[in-house]
Amino acid sequence: MPPPRPYTLVAELSYRCPLHCPYCSNPVDIGGDRWRAELETEHWTRAFREARALGVVQLALTGGEPMVRRDLDELVSAAREAGLYSTLVTAGTTFTRARAASLKTAGLDHVQVSIQSPDPAENDRIAGVRSFEKKLAAARAARELGFPLTINCVLHRQNLDRIEEILVLAERLDAQRLELANTQYYGWAVANQGALMPTRGQLERGEEAVRRFRERVGPRITVLWVLPDLHEDLPKPCMGGWGRTTMLVAPNGEALPCQAAATIPGLTFPNVRERSLGWIWNESDAFTRFRGTDWMQEPCRSCPLGRQEEDWGGCRCQALRLAGDAAATDPVCRFSPHHTTVVAARDLPQTDEFTYRTTRSPRGGDGGAGSPGGLSRRPRPAGV
Amino acid sequence: MTSRPRLADGARLTYDDVREEHLLLIPEGAVRLNETAARVLELCDGERSVEEIATALSVRYSGADVTDDVRELLEGLGERGLVLDAAA
Repeated sequence: MPPPRPYTLVAELSYRCPLHCPYCSNPVDIGGDRWRAELETEHWTRAFREARALGVVQLALTGGEPMVRRDLDELVSAAREAGLYSTLVTAGTTFTRARAASLKTAGLDHVQVSIQSPDPAENDRIAGVRSFEKKLAAARAARELGFPLTINCVLHRQNLDRIEEILVLAERLDAQRLELANTQYYGWAVANQGALMPTRGQLERGEEAVRRFRERVGPRITVLWVLPDLHEDLPKPCMGGWGRTTMLVAPNGEALPCQAAATIPGLTFPNVRERSLGWIWNESDAFTRFRGTDWMQEPCRSCPLGRQEEDWGGCRCQALRLAGDAAATDPVCRFSPHHTTVVAARDLPQTDEFTYRTTRSPRGGDGGAGSPGGLSRRPRPAGV
Repeated sequence: MTSRPRLADGARLTYDDVREEHLLLIPEGAVRLNETAARVLELCDGERSVEEIATALSVRYSGADVTDDVRELLEGLGERGLVLDAAA
């Protein structure tokens, strides 16, 4: 059977970012040598053409902060020329009206601006840098130029109680979409689980607020509400299934089936500098290893609910992290022998202190000492 | 009911020559369209009324009255926020 055709290419243009969000889904070793050499313009433009030929229609230009790429206008033009629908996923701090206008001319289709909280001081504390006002200005610039606007806000214990304010802010900014994704515990969020894990009550109140908002506003604003799956007892179809809908290219050119796949030992990721996206999608070990259902172990293999092709075994990276085996059933599943690790994670000791994301090298001399893995405890206050 | 329908901001019609089908591309999504729906949406420019769109299409379908079909299709897309009324 031929593999399914992908719909989405996630292009992580750079891991550089002015923000230091403690739940960032980027790898925790973004300061390391592996990620240092970013792709050249022509690598990306070729990848966009190859993606379209494979069936991709949606392109997410993300990072890190994609605005740090000096060739962004050129990349956007190339995406449009290839026939892709492009979304810029930005922190907004450098998305000025002038930059927005030039990206519009280049053919950008859609802008997604992140906020960390609807409260200015809390936003800046979570982002680790003063940024709230610039984010609002970015959202307004996007609308003034006629871009459809998505506001995204990653939810966790420290901002979930403000969900009503988030909904109202998105409405006030004239957003067409609002992505309320509860933190998933990959990347930097793992180190911050005790500071981020929401309570069951917070999630229930959040869900109720979203329901009322949808009822009041109707189709004018689409609200995506993504539950944190550690509070579930059946797994999500992570990435719509391994190698089924999405491919991700990291700033250094490595192609991955998901943002956290680099944590899986024994997988090597082909690089778009050396291989075509077609070969990567159809032939590479990285994309075929967990595709379909043949790789499944028990209890997935004889799933009592027959969900093999519904949840595709859940998340491989979570299986690795909590069960110690990337080919195991996602422990979110109540039939997993490791499900107790998920239940236990809901009640971790709480802390309000964050381990902030940084691209400084773990071996660097200026800070970063102390915590496990050499992660720095505080963002550098310079420029704030 | 939309009287002078237009596509929602950022929605873009395209033909996917890989899958060989019409698509309405929207922020982070795609709606698959049959041939007729694609023809209708091509005419949703915020200038033409629903009646004018139906008239233009009926020529293509040997004069058959397609007003109800067009109306139904646009209502469905309107409920999903994909088509707006430019006159509103």
